[in-house]
Amino acid sequence: MNEHQLNLWEFMIQQADKLAVQTLQHIGLTFIALILAVLIGLPLGIYITRKKQFSGAVLGIASVLQTIPSIALLGFLIPVLGIGPKPAIFALFLYALLPIIRNTFTGITGVDPSVIEAALATGMSKWQILFKVELPLAMPVIFAGIRTATVITVGVATLASYIAAGGLGEFIFGGISLNNTNMILAGAIPAALLAVIFDFLLSRLQKLNVAKINSITKVLPILLLLLASLYFAPSAYGSKLKAGFTPEFMGRQDGNLGLIEKYGLKINTVVINDAVMYKAEYENQLDVISGYSTDGRLAAFNLVILKDDKHIFPPYYAAPIIKEATLKKYPDLENTLNLLAGKINDSIMTRLNYLTDYLHQSPEQVAKDFLVANHLYKPSKGGHQSTIIIGSKIFGEQYILANMYALLIKGNTNYDVATKTGLGGTKICFEALNNNQIDFYPEYTGTGLLAILKPSVKTVVAVCVDKEVTYNYVNTEFKKKYDIKWLKPIGFNNAYALMMRKNQANSLHIKTISELSTYLNQK
Amino acid sequence: MIKVEGLSKNYGLVKAIDHISFEVEEHQNLILLGTSGCGKTTTLKMINRLVEPSSGRILINGIDITKEKPETLRRKIGYVLQNYGLFPHYTVAQNIGIVPQLLNWEKQKTKSRTLELLEKLHLPADILNAYPSELSGGQQQRIGLARALATNPPVLLMDEPFGALDNVTKANIHAEFLALDELKQKTIIMVTHDVQEAFELGDRICLMDKGEIVQDGSPSELLLKPVNDFVAGFLKEQQLLLEFKTTKILDLWSLLITSRQNNVEPIINAEIDLWTLIELIKKQKSEFVNIQNHKNGEVLGLGFEAIMQAFYQYIKSK
Repeated sequence: MNEHQLNLWEFMIQQADKLAVQTLQHIGLTFIALILAVLIGLPLGIYITRKKQFSGAVLGIASVLQTIPSIALLGFLIPVLGIGPKPAIFALFLYALLPIIRNTFTGITGVDPSVIEAALATGMSKWQILFKVELPLAMPVIFAGIRTATVITVGVATLASYIAAGGLGEFIFGGISLNNTNMILAGAIPAALLAVIFDFLLSRLQKLNVAKINSITKVLPILLLLLASLYFAPSAYGSKLKAGFTPEFMGRQDGNLGLIEKYGLKINTVVINDAVMYKAEYENQLDVISGYSTDGRLAAFNLVILKDDKHIFPPYYAAPIIKEATLKKYPDLENTLNLLAGKINDSIMTRLNYLTDYLHQSPEQVAKDFLVANHLYKPSKGGHQSTIIIGSKIFGEQYILANMYALLIKGNTNYDVATKTGLGGTKICFEALNNNQIDFYPEYTGTGLLAILKPSVKTVVAVCVDKEVTYNYVNTEFKKKYDIKWLKPIGFNNAYALMMRKNQANSLHIKTISELSTYLNQK
Repeated sequence: MIKVEGLSKNYGLVKAIDHISFEVEEHQNLILLGTSGCGKTTTLKMINRLVEPSSGRILINGIDITKEKPETLRRKIGYVLQNYGLFPHYTVAQNIGIVPQLLNWEKQKTKSRTLELLEKLHLPADILNAYPSELSGGQQQRIGLARALATNPPVLLMDEPFGALDNVTKANIHAEFLALDELKQKTIIMVTHDVQEAFELGDRICLMDKGEIVQDGSPSELLLKPVNDFVAGFLKEQQLLLEFKTTKILDLWSLLITSRQNNVEPIINAEIDLWTLIELIKKQKSEFVNIQNHKNGEVLGLGFEAIMQAFYQYIKSK
């Protein structure tokens, strides 16, 4: 355990600098996107009141955009806009568009026709009708749309941290992968507060007398611009290369902290989600990324691992972790799960990952083929005695392992299987296991040590010398603290690694992390 | 002053207006009367080009209205709507000042004109800064009228202007309407489905049905010489009332039998219609009145009985 467990308030004070930066970035991102959405959405909404035949198509497209999952949208945008603020703002802008277009359209078409007729009859031109009559009368409805858009945008802006655009998502997703509740709350509470505050302020504006709307319409653009100007792109310091690290890597001793401490690495670093990190590297948006030594995307994206010549990334075992109570409840389970023990070494795991990540075979197929080849596969017994729930984290290797376990359980026991794959981070997986939402999932001893147990630095140094020592330590501690058992290791070692594109590393003659550090320190 | 020639309006295959023609003289008040759907409002809206005709043309002072931009045309024509169409986000002053503003009047001129109109329409000056939603129906109607009159346009188009008012308010406003000097100087075309209103306010009535004008004439012509059963039927229910309203004492002059002169009462002009005279008699104690024929200066003392007898004789002779 750490010497002193920080409470939320202490954490927020300690991280006040970061918190302020992230909050400002968050507000900035929200309002840049919002201004763009108003600039495009308002005229578009007005246009479709004039050309009603287009209203269906425009509103339809805006609705479809709204339904695209945000992480998928960000993924689509990387090849076009890269990573960082541009794709983040563009995605937020797309999400903010629908409520603004729709409410402009509804607001203007909802103006009393006799008022429009009167305006026409007094001899107003169509522009005069728009600015003197329709817009002022539609303003409360348009405002409601802007309000909705603001709240949506504040929420979705947390995802900006996936693609290195900063914002409060850095704390939220960092906290989830590092199993740090304080960190999650330090991001989530301000994000929620921002949504509530902006919603409240806009609701006040909306309720003002229609006549006063005119003056607001003049003040609002200035206010929006002011808020938007709060954004500045996240960057550490300029350097020749750019690194993108996952939130988990950023906060771990065997990650960025060790890189700085042991190698004195000074590199312009952005925080990025690992789902889009490889793609960004491949698209030349990043030069150095953090990854896993067994990752299939190494081959898929033609990357090389930089040699860890000062040994800050200790190798760790992967093994299923499961509650003792569950093992008692399902006596056949332990032996079945241990069937896989020692069967997959580093190169096999890397190849399996390559099959899914690069050749796009389904994890089910890859798992089955492997079991068949190793004479472990048995057809399903179709048992319904009870259902074992398998969890997995949200990356390829874990999907493959989860599928293997599923086939093994179906073939060797009378249990049925359900999977809850794609759990987004260590914290979510571990909490699910702790609360019996899942029965087991594959975990890495390093993560168990550094993200879950979080012992003092002294213990970490003592335990990390050897992977067996680490395994024994986490197994003992997990049993003591959580009554959870680490089953036999699957065989492969998984460790963090720094990766670069092969051709870039070759042309810069960088093979080790030390060489990278030296290269960066050259003037 | 306003001449409508062979005007038609088709919506697809439906003929909303079928080749109608009529003419309105300066300072005349023409009523377009008919049931809903007869095309009267469409006809009205073609005059300020809120609706464009399919064929035919409209001349104002001999000039085809399509020669001008619609906006320019409309700024010269006052328009009053059934639901008033006041701008809810504008104050009373801003509402009245809208056309002056479009014509770039000086602020001072607009202000004095606004105050003048408020006074003429019996509205208190302190409502200038009120919003339409804070006013009663009658007040909103007057503001609508004031807006139409703001720049003193020679032509006034009114689409069911009193349609949304209750009967009591309506009667009061009718009286004001007739008394308003400003309106006497206007050429007015008014749409209504209310027969009484048409007879009370109109100098001439065009009775419309199914997009055509069935009869075009003075109120008494419609009443006493209906061209067909439709016209007679349309007016039948209110026949007697309308006859009272359209018959002037002057019309009965030769049929009247003089009673004794009544010295106390004021002398009434023989232009008065029968309905108003009856209302007057109701209010006074005696049933005798003195009436003067301004054409020859003759004064008769008349009793209610004598007037009624003359009236029935007059109707029979028609």
